[in-house]
Amino acid sequence: MTKSDLIEALAGGQAHLALADVEIGVKHVLDQMTEALAAGERIEVRGFGSFSLHHRAPRIGRNPKTGEAVALSGKFVPHFKPGKELRERVNNG
Amino acid sequence: MALTKAEMAERLFAEVGLNKREAKEFVDAFFETIRLALERGEPIKLSGFGNFELRSKNQRPGRNPKTGEEIPISARRVVTFRASQRLKQRVETYAGPR
Repeated sequence: MTKSDLIEALAGGQAHLALADVEIGVKHVLDQMTEALAAGERIEVRGFGSFSLHHRAPRIGRNPKTGEAVALSGKFVPHFKPGKELRERVNNG
Repeated sequence: MALTKAEMAERLFAEVGLNKREAKEFVDAFFETIRLALERGEPIKLSGFGNFELRSKNQRPGRNPKTGEEIPISARRVVTFRASQRLKQRVETYAGPR
């Protein structure tokens, strides 16, 4: 299911909202989620799951072509932990 | 402070102009639609944000950490999230808690 499929499915179930409004809503929610994570904030949705940041320590990487060592600084990566209801529904579906 | 459904709905109300009931229903439906697709075995691809994928895990041996007793962990289907390049880039530069 792509973003446009999601928008269509939502519009089908929310007859009072025009497709264009659903599209704006979906983008707005995804932007809120992106901005929260970019600010180091967690996202918690009961029954769905939580998003947080995990830290990656600085390390010495290698350029795979030349074999040259490259110093890579530490960074944060997004992490998703599925909630109980999502885990159970996906496993029984 | 974590971002919750209540805050998402509040901002849909304040910034997009849905009324409060519509905004709450919208956020609930957003996550429920994704759950329903995953439940059907359908992965979700949200361009610019990330993909929710499904993986099948075989049965593997486990252990009750309290008693040390061996119990098999049954075969199961799990959800994984792969962040998009864009989301990774947005998050990478976060300086950490100060």
